[in-house]
Amino acid sequence: MSVAILRQGEYLIASVQSDLTDREVVDVRDELSRRVGAERIRGIVIDVSVLDVIDSFVARALRAVAATAALRGAETVVAGIRPQVAIAMVHFQLDLAPLRSALDLDEALALLDALASGGGGHGG
Amino acid sequence: MSEGARDTANVAGDVQGERQLLRELVAYLRNRREPLREEWARRITSEELLGVMTAEEVFDEVTAVYENYVDALETGSFEALQAYARNLSERIVPRGVETDEVLGVVLLLRDVLARALFEEYQGNPSKLNAILDAYEPAANRIAVTVSVSFVQERERVIRQQQESIRELSTPVLQVRDRLLILPIIGVLDSQRARQLTEQLLHAIQTSRAQVVVIDVTGVATIDVTVANHLVQTVEAARLMGANAIMTGLSSEIAQTLVDLDVDLGVMRTVGDLQGGLEEAERLIASWPGAPPTRDAEGTPAE
Amino acid sequence: MADEVRIPIKSGADLVPARAQARGAAIELGFTQTDATLIATAVSEIARNIVVHAGRGEIRIRSISELGRRGLRVVAEDRGPGIPDLDAAAGFAALAPRAGLGLGLPGARRLMDEFEVTSAPDRGTTITMCKWRARSPLERLDDGWRPG
Repeated sequence: MSVAILRQGEYLIASVQSDLTDREVVDVRDELSRRVGAERIRGIVIDVSVLDVIDSFVARALRAVAATAALRGAETVVAGIRPQVAIAMVHFQLDLAPLRSALDLDEALALLDALASGGGGHGG
Repeated sequence: MSEGARDTANVAGDVQGERQLLRELVAYLRNRREPLREEWARRITSEELLGVMTAEEVFDEVTAVYENYVDALETGSFEALQAYARNLSERIVPRGVETDEVLGVVLLLRDVLARALFEEYQGNPSKLNAILDAYEPAANRIAVTVSVSFVQERERVIRQQQESIRELSTPVLQVRDRLLILPIIGVLDSQRARQLTEQLLHAIQTSRAQVVVIDVTGVATIDVTVANHLVQTVEAARLMGANAIMTGLSSEIAQTLVDLDVDLGVMRTVGDLQGGLEEAERLIASWPGAPPTRDAEGTPAE
Repeated sequence: MADEVRIPIKSGADLVPARAQARGAAIELGFTQTDATLIATAVSEIARNIVVHAGRGEIRIRSISELGRRGLRVVAEDRGPGIPDLDAAAGFAALAPRAGLGLGLPGARRLMDEFEVTSAPDRGTTITMCKWRARSPLERLDDGWRPG
């Protein structure tokens, strides 16, 4: 399977394992949307570290997942965008809002934890 | 010998005479090498030249230069001296020896030797004049040869360093965990901006930075292409989970960005680097992560 | 690299090899990883465009050179009904942002150095795009360029 979806506590972690066809992108999008509706999910991490291309189709699917998740009060974080891919996305003007980005899976989970506990403005 | 007779004799045996004088000069300088070298080294120290070198190093160089010097006087060939001067320059330029020091040291030797010749031959003024006439042009040429070699080597090293700085070294600094600083200095063209972006993003990946401070204090002007590059760099950093703060924007650059209608919305700007670092610390302390692309407040953009 | 790389596009599944082959061709030509990613992303968009509008078509990639610089030209061709609402004069501003229809093309154009679209109902669509490679320091030395 090209994307592995695991549940960790109240989070869903989707790990992309290989370059995806449009069909597979749609399937992942629908699966994540379904589960965030059916289960008690507080956050979704989509790990794209394997992808060396993120185009408008993938970006749109990511945004769709985030929008669905937001309706259920869940945050969506995309993790592992490679430097070259980030540059390409910016040149392309691909916008991922309202998704947040994290360097990798660990950072993404830490981010979700912080957000779940009402993070932001902890003071410094 | 009368004045007239001496002149006639000199004209007749000029070349021969000069060669003979040079041989005598060279023999003298070789015989007296130790005390003259010492005198030279002593004056180098007292005039505080070659401060970056130890006493032993100065002694070794003085010994080698003296020999090369006298050889050049003897053979009239400067190739060996040139080669030595290049070799010497390669060694001392990286140590920070300045051009005026090298010039000073060479002129000191010329001075030390001239004085010694003066003392040696002062009892015979016509001979002294002849010896000095033979000595001076050669000594000047040696001074020029050594100095030019040094300057050329110095320029070569500077050019090489500039090239390295531009193409090889990463200017991204990690000052502490999670925080990177990218100081941008000098002229920023499109190609360099692209290079810096790639270097920064790779550094974010390697050091797992949460905040990047991009300091443009050292940048005088930027055009619209470069301004867009900077904005794109900030946006790309955010896609990798890092917040970017730009510091050191001069009022000229700030005005340029406003005039060019560059979207600074994604970028926090802080006056100076110090302030930027403090802001970075605050961000790291209150982490979680980079806010969504459009809205710093966290509410989803459309 | 062979003179020309041809990638048949018959379905959405062909986008995956299209991206990979575009990236490979770019790397072989000496493009940086970053530029190869830009090219692969642009190819992904125009390949999808073929699938969406025509169902099938072809992508051809060849190396090009001019005035001593080298680059890569990608041609995407289909015999479909043409891109609706494409107003060449107005550029892509005229493209209606309907989901899945031509959305990726303006972005693809931003990724490449040259970009041309011709489209007509009876002739299908041809997209031609090029990207030029920055000269490597070694190539510059060959030209007699010297550090300035």
